[in-house]
Amino acid sequence: MEEQKRIIVEIRNLYKSYHRASLTIPVLFDITFDIAEGEFLALMGPSGSGKTTLLNLLAGIDKVDKGMIRVGDVDITTLSETQLAHWRANNVGFIFQFYNLIPVLKAIENVELPLHLTSLSKRQRRDHAEMALQMVGLAHRMDHYPGEMSGGEQQRVAIARAIVTDPTILVADEPTGDLDRASAEEILGMMERLNAEMGKTIIMVTHDPRAAQRAKILRRLDKGYLAHDDSQNPL
Amino acid sequence: MMILKILFRNAFHNKLRSGLTILGIAVAILAFGLLRTVIDSWYAGVEAASTSRLVTRNAISIIFPLPISYNEKIRQIEGVKMVSYGNWFGGVYIDEKNFFPNFCVEPKTYLDIYPEFVLSPAEKKAFLADRKGFVAGRKLAKKYGWRIGDTITLKGTIFPGNWDFVLRGVYHGRDDTTDETQFYFHWAYLNETMKKVSPPRAEQVGFYMITVTRPDLSSDVALAVDKTFKNSLAETLTETEKAFNQGFIAMSGAIVTAIQMVSFVVIFIIMAVVANTMAMTTRERIGDYAIMKTLGFGGRDITILIFGESLVMTLTGCLTGMALTFPAAQAFGHTLATFFPVFRVSGETLCLDIAAAVLIACFAAIIPTRQAIRIGIADGLRRVG
Repeated sequence: MEEQKRIIVEIRNLYKSYHRASLTIPVLFDITFDIAEGEFLALMGPSGSGKTTLLNLLAGIDKVDKGMIRVGDVDITTLSETQLAHWRANNVGFIFQFYNLIPVLKAIENVELPLHLTSLSKRQRRDHAEMALQMVGLAHRMDHYPGEMSGGEQQRVAIARAIVTDPTILVADEPTGDLDRASAEEILGMMERLNAEMGKTIIMVTHDPRAAQRAKILRRLDKGYLAHDDSQNPL
Repeated sequence: MMILKILFRNAFHNKLRSGLTILGIAVAILAFGLLRTVIDSWYAGVEAASTSRLVTRNAISIIFPLPISYNEKIRQIEGVKMVSYGNWFGGVYIDEKNFFPNFCVEPKTYLDIYPEFVLSPAEKKAFLADRKGFVAGRKLAKKYGWRIGDTITLKGTIFPGNWDFVLRGVYHGRDDTTDETQFYFHWAYLNETMKKVSPPRAEQVGFYMITVTRPDLSSDVALAVDKTFKNSLAETLTETEKAFNQGFIAMSGAIVTAIQMVSFVVIFIIMAVVANTMAMTTRERIGDYAIMKTLGFGGRDITILIFGESLVMTLTGCLTGMALTFPAAQAFGHTLATFFPVFRVSGETLCLDIAAAVLIACFAAIIPTRQAIRIGIADGLRRVG
């Protein structure tokens, strides 16, 4: 009998809309699902289906209109901006489509950046950042600026930055969207290893079936509704 | 430390834009510093004036003379220590463009009253002994290449004719604020000539200089002097040297006000330029700020980044401008030495430069900081790519 996995993310009756001038644009409707610890989930859907919005809500960088999101033991919909910032720093690792590295910082400094919000010493921060860069195979590029690196390398630095704080969940928004096929494969392989070998819970938004194929669970969003397909990844 | 590293690198990341902004700030601070120094030099005579020296002139106007007979009467007033006298001569050296102040004075008492005009004992002795002798300030003598023993001719404007003088001494200022562009000769030389060519104009002076035994007696002595000559043909007006000089400045008050206004306009213009630069910079970095907020950095960190970057740029420009102000002021002062005998960049001007730079930096950073803090993370991240 398969061991019951602990639920790490609980989403209940989630609604979200955006306001543009006098217009209210509903984006998500009554979303409810769970994510188990150590899961690798892909969120798919056409453009405008609300998948990035849902990811932002799960990661605590946007506010829900209605509903509840519990990550671990914390209902993040009840947290203030300051509490959310603190929570994100400790619990979420981010990987974005355009890498979002700070251009004036070297690779090692970019990876070290989130550690400045921890109580680690300067030496410890440097050791952690070097280790993270080693894990993504970029120890030899630590003194290079993002502008001196390829897209694939920048995304690997972004992954190192995402995992350096050992977060509860990793969120990735189209992590291969700006990469060529070879680099995309490399990044997806790395995410697979993080999930399989380190047990990291990963939530990835993508519209690329090849990327989604690497996830264990696939969920689809369409026009703001979650498709009732809770099966294992059919891809 | 990481925040400081980012703000310093951000400040110089776009080298052309930062360089041009810093250059603009440097030029603005240079202009501001020079204009403030012009205003300071305008007031230099007031600053250098002593509160224990009094000036007595005709109550109607400075252009009306006083009789020389007042000298003895003033000396007898209680509290008076020394009395000297003189006249504005208004002579022209070769051409009218060669303006410098020239006075005839009673030389011995005048030099005693003005210890800040320092002459060597030999030069002082030679000057006192020669009725046609004159002394000139160091800057004036240097400007025209005069040497001891040279004969100089001034063309009289108030007192017509060509007047020959022999340079007997070159004084230097005891203090930085001492005017070294003046020309003094013997009142007796003028008076003897007037006796011959225009007797009604003889035995008259333009002003009396008085020193008092104690500075706190100044107002009492001034009142006593004016009371002594009340209801005479030439009533007097006595005031401290500082007040007398301030009266002159007041005549050109509109010019000083205009210069002050221009100096503030310069700061206002550069404030708008730096605000525009910071607005562009922040707009470009909104994605960086969003990612920092995503990672858990707060509004305080973003504020430090934007205000810090603005301060780094403006203070770099300010220090460059301040460094340039010194040679520029030296060149300016040298060129216009006769109009601005004391042209020195004051500590107050340097403090105002720094205050202006901090004001510019803060003003320029307020709106971009507000925008960067208020924008939602999701909105900020959408601007990347």
